[in-house]
Amino acid sequence: MSEFTLWDIVYNLLLAARWTVLLSLTAFVLGGLVGLLLLMVRTAGNPWVVRLVRAYVELFQGTPLLMQLFIVFFGLPLIGLDVSPWVAATLGLTLFTSAFLTEIWRGCVESVGKGQWEASASLGMNFTQQMRYIVLPQALRIAIPPTVGFSVQVVKGTAVASIIGFVELTKAGTMITNATYAPFTVYGCVAVMYFLICYPLSLFARHLEGKFRNVAR
Amino acid sequence: MSLVELHAIHKSFGALEVLKGIDLAIDEGQVIALIGKSGSGKSTLLRTINGLEVIDDGVIMVDGKKISERDTDLLALRLQVGMVFQQFNLFPHYTALENVMLSPQVVKKQSKAEARAIAEEMLTKVGLADKMMHYPDQLSGGQQQRVAIARALAMKPKVLLCDEVTSALDPELVNEVLAVVRQLAEEGMTLVMVTHEMRFAREVCDKLVFMHQGRIHETGDPEEVFSNPKTPELSSFVGGLA
Ligand SMILES: Nc1ncnc2c1ncn2[C@@H]1O[C@H](COP(=O)(O)OP(=O)(O)O)[C@@H](O)[C@H]1O
Ligand SMILES: [Mg+2]
Repeated sequence: MSEFTLWDIVYNLLLAARWTVLLSLTAFVLGGLVGLLLLMVRTAGNPWVVRLVRAYVELFQGTPLLMQLFIVFFGLPLIGLDVSPWVAATLGLTLFTSAFLTEIWRGCVESVGKGQWEASASLGMNFTQQMRYIVLPQALRIAIPPTVGFSVQVVKGTAVASIIGFVELTKAGTMITNATYAPFTVYGCVAVMYFLICYPLSLFARHLEGKFRNVAR
Repeated sequence: MSLVELHAIHKSFGALEVLKGIDLAIDEGQVIALIGKSGSGKSTLLRTINGLEVIDDGVIMVDGKKISERDTDLLALRLQVGMVFQQFNLFPHYTALENVMLSPQVVKKQSKAEARAIAEEMLTKVGLADKMMHYPDQLSGGQQQRVAIARALAMKPKVLLCDEVTSALDPELVNEVLAVVRQLAEEGMTLVMVTHEMRFAREVCDKLVFMHQGRIHETGDPEEVFSNPKTPELSSFVGGLA
């Protein structure tokens, strides 16, 4: 058996970390788009749609991410759709992310007062114009810090994709541990890498929070 | 034919009937003061005129056209009927100029230059030519309310609804806003205003409408109605103010 140097371990983990980053980005962007769509239809206010979106959000907030991933990965083949671990992980995390972002953003949209809706309505704006020019620009400012904060949860959430065999940072750690029998070193490095991805995001979220706290415009 | 006609308007919030059959005609160029105790339904009545409250029963006609609940009807209605609110409701993320320009641009699809010209004209009219680049939080309450008036005027409405536009202001800022409203009245703008400024109502308005418990209880020429109220309710309302 060949000797693994610390550099070998770090190098291989770094290669796998690219997948963690890519999976996080994909889930975040797709989840954000789906979340925005859900937010729009929910805010538009058809009671049945509102109920449906609320059920969707509660479903994903009320079950472990791991179960969601299992259901996508093992459930889709049952209806004849074979999915690769990459597709299953992307899909699962996108659903998860969209549910949380919809809920975070809903709070931000609701914090824009009734007076803003009424003033823009009385100026003849339709729903889309109200959202685009009045509500979303104000909600966005409030939404940025918690949204960036939530991105940390997405990064950490990608670790569960290791269970269905997707080789990202955690899975790579397990594989390297199996070869090196040095779990402490390997998982130590894995943890440091997660930290190096997440910590700047946390700092950024905190920075934005300070910046947007007292600014109305 | 009047510019705005309300026939048998009924409106309830749940079990609470707030408007119990309102008939009102607003002629072009008329300035109407809507007075009455808090909770008598003044705001609700005003808000039905531009569709912010959907009526349960009755007919609203603007410029001879019946308004239904359809979205397109409501949007068309709101192009004719402007509104100014007690709490100003300026858009905090836009400057005064942008607040006024926005709707002409996005709703009326005017060019930026056109919208800007109109916005500058309206802001100048309300005495804020030097504050165009200020954000709402950099303006006093009186200035904010004048921006709100300019914003409504920029849409060139046929009627302007004013709901207690001076009630949220410090006393020393009330007059600068009333002066603008008075100027509009003198220029022939059709106005419906809910107000507690009785002296102003008396001086400026053509018609006084006294609301009591969801009904129009008494109406007439302001001078006449104030000096010679026919119902005990109005008499006690006027007396309570003096
Ligand atoms: N959106 C609403 N939901 C429930 N009740 C309302 C609503 N708006 C107004 N009301 C009630 O309707 C009545 C009349 O209110 P309003 O028209 O604001 O009176 P005014 O402007 O004369 O003070 C009040 O009892 C008020 O509490
Ligand atoms: Mg009121």
